[in-house]
Amino acid sequence: MPHDANARANAGLNVAVLVSVGRHPLTAGTRRADQDARAVEMALTLENAAISLLHAGPADPERQQALRGYLGMGLDTLDLLEQSADADVISVLEEEVRHRAPQLILTGSRAEAGEASGALPFLLAEALGWPIVTSLAAVEKVENGTAVMLQALPRGKRRRLRVRLPALATVDASAPPARQSAFGPARRGKFEHQTRPSEVDEPLSGWQFQEARKRPKRLKIVKASSARDRFKAAAAKAEGGGGQTLADVTPEQGAEAIFKLLKEEGVLR
Amino acid sequence: MSDILRRDPRKEWVARNRLHPQHLSVMAELGGGAKATEWMGPNGVMRRDPRAVGFLGPSGIRRIDRSGVQQAAQAPAHSAATKDTRQNVTIDAPAFIVAVVPDMSGGRLSAHDRDLLGLARQLADADPASPGAVLAVVFGEHKESAFGEAGIDRLLHLEDERLAGYTPERRVAVLQSVERELDPRFWLLPDSVIGGGELGRRLAARLGERPATQVWQVEADAQSATGWRATARAGAGRQDVQRALPRVVLALAECADPVSETRHAAEAITLAQPSLDVLGRIEDLGEVAVDPAGVSLAEAEFILSAGNGVKDWDGYHHAAEVLGATKGASRVAVDDGFMPRDRQVGATGTWVCAKVYVAVGISGAIQHLQGIQSCEKVVAINLDPGCDMAKRADLTVIGDASAVLAALVARVEQYRLEQQENRDAA
Repeated sequence: MPHDANARANAGLNVAVLVSVGRHPLTAGTRRADQDARAVEMALTLENAAISLLHAGPADPERQQALRGYLGMGLDTLDLLEQSADADVISVLEEEVRHRAPQLILTGSRAEAGEASGALPFLLAEALGWPIVTSLAAVEKVENGTAVMLQALPRGKRRRLRVRLPALATVDASAPPARQSAFGPARRGKFEHQTRPSEVDEPLSGWQFQEARKRPKRLKIVKASSARDRFKAAAAKAEGGGGQTLADVTPEQGAEAIFKLLKEEGVLR
Repeated sequence: MSDILRRDPRKEWVARNRLHPQHLSVMAELGGGAKATEWMGPNGVMRRDPRAVGFLGPSGIRRIDRSGVQQAAQAPAHSAATKDTRQNVTIDAPAFIVAVVPDMSGGRLSAHDRDLLGLARQLADADPASPGAVLAVVFGEHKESAFGEAGIDRLLHLEDERLAGYTPERRVAVLQSVERELDPRFWLLPDSVIGGGELGRRLAARLGERPATQVWQVEADAQSATGWRATARAGAGRQDVQRALPRVVLALAECADPVSETRHAAEAITLAQPSLDVLGRIEDLGEVAVDPAGVSLAEAEFILSAGNGVKDWDGYHHAAEVLGATKGASRVAVDDGFMPRDRQVGATGTWVCAKVYVAVGISGAIQHLQGIQSCEKVVAINLDPGCDMAKRADLTVIGDASAVLAALVARVEQYRLEQQENRDAA
């Protein structure tokens, strides 16, 4: 369902989604970034929301093609703030966000190319003075200037948070997966170009980027005082067979042993 | 008693010579006051005590050495291995401070935290003439008792009800007052998904420092401004970036070796003015109970997985519901149409990292065992005690799957009932 200008005018919640150009993990080609696409998906599932997409960065044809992936999810326009390749985009984004005054900003938790430190949402929130929520899993409701959100924790757990709006939220791989990008809408979508003066990111030029090296494996360190202990440690077989086997037991005894283990591990609620 | 073992060559010589008149008494003496092994009985018959022959070897087994070369070690009172040789280190006037904010998941220092403290030690001890102190900032109550062994010189333990739960804004404000009062040279945090990764980025934004994230190696470098060079992952793990080590560092696990040779003071300190009255714009409403069936297999905590050995599928589904477990399946169960494809565990399905993985009627094909490599505890219910799953499992119950599952369901229901009664009584 395309979100037209009419819906934007009388919508309840004004949402801005910050999107970036992703990099395919295998082919290294440009694509829509996975986490940012999840952020767009999250915005599209919000009820009665006016969504605007925002990207700051260089606008060569290859990157525009990648950004069309977001338009193919069912949005009409994408605002493109053109910057040089070595620019620090935070001040430009801050200015643009202040101008638009959205109530909620959604974005992926880290970029797929470049430094990818994941610090941008935090710096932007600090500059704006807004609260920031990480690992957003769902927005439950928006009322009286606050939003009730679910934050994803490890092991599929969720935490409910009440956040005062306007706020910024980042989305990571635990959010619902993004819908497919359709080719036709992606072609028809429009970019709204604006060229802004770039602020060059000075420290970045002093850093050396290289192909990721394989991290060295940590060796097993044996601290033994005697030769006999060292020999025992070196000749020890890999662990295994350390488990307990209950043969010739009634099902009840077996169940009791399993129950004890489940309770010790604290997985029974 | 002195530690040095004294040998008496004459006694050893007597002990080797079985025909020597003093042989028996010397043997008794060397054997730690043991009895004589042979003596003349009252009727002129030679009597022997076979239990008194030989000596106890190092692994507690009785050895008899007829050649007489080996002698019993003189009852070792203590061994060097059990003695703690760690050196006590106290830094009274540190030249600078390295602040560490460990995750303390589960109330204890995690392996990641210990690696990070090892890195902090490396930074603090670089110059022996002016050593720095490692400060750990711990929020909330904890169960850790060995802070000193992990390399902590100063411990700032903040226990306040305003810091309980998810309160990142207040915690950052507290860290800011640490910055103001103690002015640490470096801030180290674990770059973990929940906890340090988030808190560190918040802190860096607040302090106006550009953090180094996903750092996995730190080396001394005279050319850099801080004297250290960091290697960090960048670009979704496809690139490495080398840069001077900044003040705020978010490091990955295994960034350095944990401290093992020294023991530090872990002296408790307090803040003069911790700023706790911060307007919290994020309110924690508590954890939400989630439906285990809806949790994706890759992040499930407790998985009940079914294989070829399951015949009673209704019983299996009922058991998963009662236990509150996420359902998984082996490839056979999926191929036979009993379970959907997205529930398949293993190399061709999902790689799981559950805390407890219960394999019901799964013999353990190598592809399946690969998929459960990172599970903490594995329980197997199987008819075949020799199967590969039983070798991997921490607990194996040999028996019919449906009978054991039914008994387990009954036991859990009984437990729930008891819990309910206790609650009603209270």
